[in-house]
Amino acid sequence: MNKELLGVVLIYGLTILLAILLGRSIARWLRGEKSIWNLMAPLERLVYRICGINPEEEMTWKQHLKALLTINLVWFVYSFVLLISQGSLFLNPDGNPSQTPDLAFNTAISFLVNCNLQHYSGESGLTYLTQIFVIAFLQFVTAATGIAALFVLFRALRDKVTDKLGNFWVFFTQSITRILLPLSLVVAVLLLFNGTPSSWKGKDSIVTLQGDSVSVSRGPAAGMIAIKQLGTNGGGYFGVNSSHPLENPNYFTNAVETVSILLIPIALVFAFGYYLKRPKLSRVIFSVMTLGFLLILSTSIWSELNGNPELEKLGLQQPTGSMEGKEVRFGPAASVLWGIATTATSNGSVNSMHDSHTPLSGAMQILDMMINAFYGGVGVGFLNFFIFLIIAVFISGLMVGRTPEFLGRKIEAREMKIAALIALLHPFIILVGTALSSYILVYYPEANWAVQPAAWLNNPGAHGFSEMLYEYSSAAANNGSGFEGLGDNNIFWNVSTGFVLILGRYLPIIGPLAIAGLLAQKKYIPETAGTLRSDSYTFGIMTFAVIVIIAALAFFPALTLGPLAEYFSIR
Amino acid sequence: MKKYLLPSVKMTAVMLVLCCGIYFGIVTVIGKMSPGGGDGETIKVNGKVVGYEKLGQQFTKDRYFWGRPSAVNYNASGSGGSNKGPSNPDYLALVQERIDSFLVHNPAITKEQIPAELVTASGSGLDPHISPAAALIQVDRVARIRKLDKNKVEDLVNNHIETNPIGPDLVHVLKLNIALDALK
Repeated sequence: MNKELLGVVLIYGLTILLAILLGRSIARWLRGEKSIWNLMAPLERLVYRICGINPEEEMTWKQHLKALLTINLVWFVYSFVLLISQGSLFLNPDGNPSQTPDLAFNTAISFLVNCNLQHYSGESGLTYLTQIFVIAFLQFVTAATGIAALFVLFRALRDKVTDKLGNFWVFFTQSITRILLPLSLVVAVLLLFNGTPSSWKGKDSIVTLQGDSVSVSRGPAAGMIAIKQLGTNGGGYFGVNSSHPLENPNYFTNAVETVSILLIPIALVFAFGYYLKRPKLSRVIFSVMTLGFLLILSTSIWSELNGNPELEKLGLQQPTGSMEGKEVRFGPAASVLWGIATTATSNGSVNSMHDSHTPLSGAMQILDMMINAFYGGVGVGFLNFFIFLIIAVFISGLMVGRTPEFLGRKIEAREMKIAALIALLHPFIILVGTALSSYILVYYPEANWAVQPAAWLNNPGAHGFSEMLYEYSSAAANNGSGFEGLGDNNIFWNVSTGFVLILGRYLPIIGPLAIAGLLAQKKYIPETAGTLRSDSYTFGIMTFAVIVIIAALAFFPALTLGPLAEYFSIR
Repeated sequence: MKKYLLPSVKMTAVMLVLCCGIYFGIVTVIGKMSPGGGDGETIKVNGKVVGYEKLGQQFTKDRYFWGRPSAVNYNASGSGGSNKGPSNPDYLALVQERIDSFLVHNPAITKEQIPAELVTASGSGLDPHISPAAALIQVDRVARIRKLDKNKVEDLVNNHIETNPIGPDLVHVLKLNIALDALK
């Protein structure tokens, strides 16, 4: 076997192993059993005491949502104010300016929703203060928000009738003290000793061996890169994210970061099963997600390893595959694994330039974000998958002529309406956004914005359309990566993607939590021989079919206009 | 909502201390113990800093081994890839230009011998490496200009190959060129 493919297999295998261990350990603490995490209890009690929180107080799903949305609002105001005033604040050794209001709006929203759409470049668009106290801060707390929301769902699906679903502040705090902080520290140390800086000294100037004078941007990067990966935020310290040699210095750090991207999303799938004492249900869900992930991954690897057909026509050999926008130290195979992992999990960090991937590989990345439930972002990925589960239960129920039930509770019209709305929202905001930008590009090319629509696209033809489709898919999935050729730092993109980001984050949290809250209050019906078992592989295939049908029907036409058209034109 | 506002503000403050203050403090302290003290490892020649270990730099002169094309000319104050799509005609013309220019400077080789990474831009614009094949095809040029024995230069390249059992083999261009300068 090609040794680069072997590398991919090893990294992926290691991830799954670690995720199973982590998932088991999370379930143990959620069930209140003794675990190593109890060491953190004194720190957590201190946090509750300072904040005036009673950790014993249980909340209904509505109270959970109120707490979640209130603290999110506080973070938005705080971040926005800091971003528009960063130029005149401290910790700004490179003298970078404040952000414009529309850019600050976009940046604050983007990181608030655990996305990392970055319409600026880290070296010049932020200061050390905002890198740490806005960006890295939000990378921690928004990841914890997603995990906390998922824990509410876990609670709701237990086999007892209740409207008390735990305490939001406790879930939130524990997500940070027990998962995100300890793991980040481990990853940060691994990065530090492989060459990632944690410097406060500002830019350095050097004269190169050949005699050119250049500057070198540095900064407190290591700590941020750890949490950006683990929290599936993805926002890089440097402009080119983890293809930057200081963010990702060698093959080993690349493996560590790839594992970090996938670790928590997969671990939460296993935690679900262990927590409910239905490990088989977790295995079925994991298998469905993995089947989708591997289909997408293998298509992408095949496409990239074959290289760019247009370069072949120039008479160029591409023994390692397509190299434009990739780093030699990772090679195409590991770059593709990263590209698919980061789009599947709504992470959004990159180690190669997705804009320069071959058409089919680009299509797979976009498709990943359109589906947004093969593992998915921390917490929220599983919530998205839950919506597909509900729809699959409903359709299967209709097919066999029974009242649809999931884990002993009836799925009725109200839950179904919510699920259908959430499932349709995602294609709606992506396709409407792309249509709107295409319309403006064609009819108002001279509009007087910071970047004129005529200059938005870095590539002509079908690929240019893909740049816009990617941007909205990325915003709706709260992913944050981009076909970065797009000229997106202007009022149109900053504001329109800002709204797509908000819709794409909060409704997919509110919807599943509402369904879960409603289900938790329903009578629990013990399973009988006649029950449709949700932990069977037959049901798994059904779920997979539902996902394929929803994604294919909604998105296939758009994919045809972009990456598929490009694929057939250069084949 | 009002009931949750005060705990929200307090929780925000506490997490700022925990996740930004304490966490980054610990990382910075541990960073001081890492190679380069957390400020990035540098490479020195005769006591003078000539580069950062992890960052590539531009080599355009015939007497040095060249790295990859860069969208930011290897100026590490920023970073960037070309973001050109695979079917972009301007991009394809640019690659053709790079191939032609490479062949002019390296008359001993043919187009089919050029590995793709030598005429395509990296993602970061700061890629410090090339593949062993990309270094070996430049041996003839470098040896000729420097009036060195070809075999000696080839040995030098072979000694600078960093092998990886599960990933690409690499040659660090800056380190190779420093060793080249020291070659008599």
